[in-house]
Amino acid sequence: MKKINISKQGKSNLITYGIILLLSFLLFFIGQSSYQLKGLLVPVCTQIMLAVSLNLTVGILGELSLGHAGFMCIGTFVGASFSIYMEQFIPIAGVRFFLALFIGALSAGIMGFLIGLPVLRLKGDYLAIVTLAFGEIIKNIVNMIYLGYDSKGLHFSMTDTASMGLAEDGVVIIKGPQGVMGTPADSNFGIGVILVLITVFIVLNLIHSRDGRAIMAIRDNEIAAESVGINITKYKLMAFTISAALAGMAGSFYAHNYNNIKASTNNFGYNMSIMILVFVVLGGIGSIRGSVIAATILYMLPEMLRFMSQYRMLVYAIVLIIMMLFTWSPKAQEWKSVQMEKLKVRLKPVIDKFRKKSSDKLTKEGE
Amino acid sequence: MKNMKKVLSAALVAAMSFTMLTGCGNSNKTSDTWKFGGIGPATGDYAAYGIGVRNGIELAVNEINENGGINGVPIEYKFEDDQTDNEKSVNGYNALKDWGMNVLIGSTTSGCSIAVADVSSQDHMFQLTPSASSIDAVKTDNTFQVCFTDPSQGFGSAQYIGDHGLATKVAILHNSSDVYSTGIYETFVAEAANQPFEIVADEAFTDDSKTDFTVQLTKAKEAGAELLFLPMYYTEAALILTQANTMDYAPIFFGVDGMDGILGNVDGFDTALAEGVVLLTPFAADAPEAVDFTAAYEAAYGITPNQFAADAYDAVYILKQLIEESGATPQDGIPTICDKLTAQILVTSFTGMTGENITWSESGEVNKYPKAMQIVNGSYTLFK
Amino acid sequence: MRFIYYLISGISLGSVYAIIALGYTMVYGIAKMLNFAHGDVIMVGGFAAFTVISTLGLPPALGVLVAIIVCTVLGITIEKIAYRPLRDASSSLAVLITAIGVSYLLQNLALLIFGSSTKSFESVVSISAIKLADGQINITGETIVTIITCIIVMMMLTLFINKTKAGQAMLAVSEDKGAAKLMGINVNGTIALTFAIGSALAAIAGVLLCSAYPTLSPTTGSMPGIKAFVAAVFGGIGSIPGALLGGLLLGIIETLGRAYISSQLSDVIVFGVLIVVLVVKPTGILGKKIQEKV
Repeated sequence: MKKINISKQGKSNLITYGIILLLSFLLFFIGQSSYQLKGLLVPVCTQIMLAVSLNLTVGILGELSLGHAGFMCIGTFVGASFSIYMEQFIPIAGVRFFLALFIGALSAGIMGFLIGLPVLRLKGDYLAIVTLAFGEIIKNIVNMIYLGYDSKGLHFSMTDTASMGLAEDGVVIIKGPQGVMGTPADSNFGIGVILVLITVFIVLNLIHSRDGRAIMAIRDNEIAAESVGINITKYKLMAFTISAALAGMAGSFYAHNYNNIKASTNNFGYNMSIMILVFVVLGGIGSIRGSVIAATILYMLPEMLRFMSQYRMLVYAIVLIIMMLFTWSPKAQEWKSVQMEKLKVRLKPVIDKFRKKSSDKLTKEGE
Repeated sequence: MKNMKKVLSAALVAAMSFTMLTGCGNSNKTSDTWKFGGIGPATGDYAAYGIGVRNGIELAVNEINENGGINGVPIEYKFEDDQTDNEKSVNGYNALKDWGMNVLIGSTTSGCSIAVADVSSQDHMFQLTPSASSIDAVKTDNTFQVCFTDPSQGFGSAQYIGDHGLATKVAILHNSSDVYSTGIYETFVAEAANQPFEIVADEAFTDDSKTDFTVQLTKAKEAGAELLFLPMYYTEAALILTQANTMDYAPIFFGVDGMDGILGNVDGFDTALAEGVVLLTPFAADAPEAVDFTAAYEAAYGITPNQFAADAYDAVYILKQLIEESGATPQDGIPTICDKLTAQILVTSFTGMTGENITWSESGEVNKYPKAMQIVNGSYTLFK
Repeated sequence: MRFIYYLISGISLGSVYAIIALGYTMVYGIAKMLNFAHGDVIMVGGFAAFTVISTLGLPPALGVLVAIIVCTVLGITIEKIAYRPLRDASSSLAVLITAIGVSYLLQNLALLIFGSSTKSFESVVSISAIKLADGQINITGETIVTIITCIIVMMMLTLFINKTKAGQAMLAVSEDKGAAKLMGINVNGTIALTFAIGSALAAIAGVLLCSAYPTLSPTTGSMPGIKAFVAAVFGGIGSIPGALLGGLLLGIIETLGRAYISSQLSDVIVFGVLIVVLVVKPTGILGKKIQEKV
């Protein structure tokens, strides 16, 4: 690997935080102009967190995961259930929400650890398919859960509402395929920005720490890393678990924006996992900044294309393919660098003139 | 490499500002016309349902406008796609609000309606959902529904089968990942305990495995079920009927309102297979009172209207009646419109495609009674 | 008796998965990419056959032929426009994401062209069902044709790869693209041929899938596509006998799981078994051991 210049790295981090803050301000002001954009602010923050956390697995650890939405799903349902049940015990929304975020992250992190333990020794596409399988299992099982509470406490069933045996005053929290209902609306854009910053902070700090360098060494060459005494399993698990926990936090945050959330293929199944992967790849594998920007734009794009009605998903697909070809194909990259060179050549006389002028001026002044 | 990144980020920023600009420029003024917003899946797995609702609204709105609007005020309408996703449904709702919507007809599916109702109740926006049948969809004060509730259908079906002695051994097959299907299923099973028949097979399937039903059908057949209860939409039901036919299993098939559409909405389906199917439904495309509607719909869209289209068509006429009776005007502003319409809907009685003398209860549920129909010679006839 | 019946429907479902998985595995073996759009090519095959048979009223055989031609052309086109420019991209993920874009594109195109209403597919099979053991076991014509087709396809593929020059070229390209090129093999042509064969198989699978489970919508292909992908990995991705074995096992597990454990849990069981197999044998049942170079 290249030698990393500390000050350069610090500068790069600062730029990333700067971009996030600038983007937040931009989004905030634009969000005031219409209900539609305002409604998108919280989900955009969620998507950014998901993209950044997946980038930790895909970009930094270098393993392909197609089950990221599964961890988000756990965070969503655990966090939301916690808040609904605790509404009677913890009346202060801020404290309850903070705990819900923490518990969502914790449960997803534990799940990530448990899943990572057996499967992280798999490689490449095999790991991808196993994570996809876990994501689907999580989604399917969540769809079978019935959870409710009454004066006697929590009730649970895997078959239907009636078999929970709730008393008359009972409240249903999770109702099978209908999902979790009645989550208090605690999320807002401000908290979202803070959580995005926390997520980015955790990931960037990990990357630039000793542990992070070990993780990247495993990505670049596992055998070489092992031969210099790096504990492969430990570092792989570390990255995977943190990534899962951050997705769980994002899920819990997301849950508190909607009164009802159900786990379907499109929002918690493999389609969603793939969507997050699209953000990561298009933004640049390993580039945290790129993930932030790509998630924002690609999430907003279909919403902004609403005026095209039935053609919008078609246009979205075409835009996606063209953007991929344009950013990733070696030929396009070559073309772009040639264009940049041409531009430089063309601008050179202008710049030189300018330089000459200013240097002339300087010399004149010197005289 | 570096240059490329710069170009990319410049392009992204440009794209970003473009997308931002297109979203701007909306304001929240009261308008001079009625603006009805509709939400439902226009793409994705359930596109047929959302497109039915969209067409139903469009047809009714065009008819009303040709006849001079509501009290002389024309209606505009707009439909937003939600891909059956709660989040996108709320996004669609916000987009409609920017457009200036003053009454909402939606969402099409239960989950989306529940999520949207949470937001619409904060805005005090009158929300009439054509087809969300879960009772949770009408929990807030501003929400009402046009279609039957799931419990009333499950309860009604069990009672009907028991009262008419259709069978002593009943099998159920339901979609466990669908809210509508599980809602009916649960109340059916609960009520079945009080009825003189026995449930001999209780099978399910999920959205991810809804192609092969041979295992479930074999179980029902071997358990000797004389009646198969199918609380689901016609798309899966058509497949089940076909597969039952290939394995020579011919019980009484008993469906609910989602079964409607099996005759006209599945291209290439051999309707002879649906012969003898019994269903509880408020709407039949070829019933005498629906002839004009069906003809107009077929002329406009080239397909037979399904129950979603009929419910949405009725929803527009319900709104027309409520507005005329309550004297609400678009200038009243959203909260006042909601108050007026809410007060009116509790005392009004409506007759349309999907029922006669329909009334609404305080809870938002609709009071109407399903008719049992049987498919005979490729058309619906009143059963027994 | 009932068990045998379930087993036969499992094999029938598994045969369809196997044919799809064969396409997956061939493309993976040669292009080293997960072609997420493969499932949607199946759907296109279904719609092509549907248009010919039900809308135009022409004979089923012609429908199958048109489906194969349409899908083959589509496969080659997709490869040329969307995948080839990214073959030498710095990350293999780039082409995966493009494949997802192609998948969205095909689904939404189908929705716009054919509309949202579900189509009931008219079976292309006219063989009547066989009844065994006093009608307790009922084997449909579709089941028989599906299983036979699967065996024929499998045999022809094996022959093609081992006995023809083009097949040998495919093997060479999948081993080492650079060396194959130096040996004078037309790498682009060989990869295009692989996509053509994979897509033709998808067309056959699409027609069989829609005949056995007669429904058709723009999203028809996505779940069988994912399941076949699982089957391919299950058997060892890149291996042709592995795809067959994986497909059959997956179909049988799914059907028996639905019959004897729970119809709601059948997918959980399928994915669960996959995880267990991969954890025990990380490259699938018949997968080659990957030699890691230092």
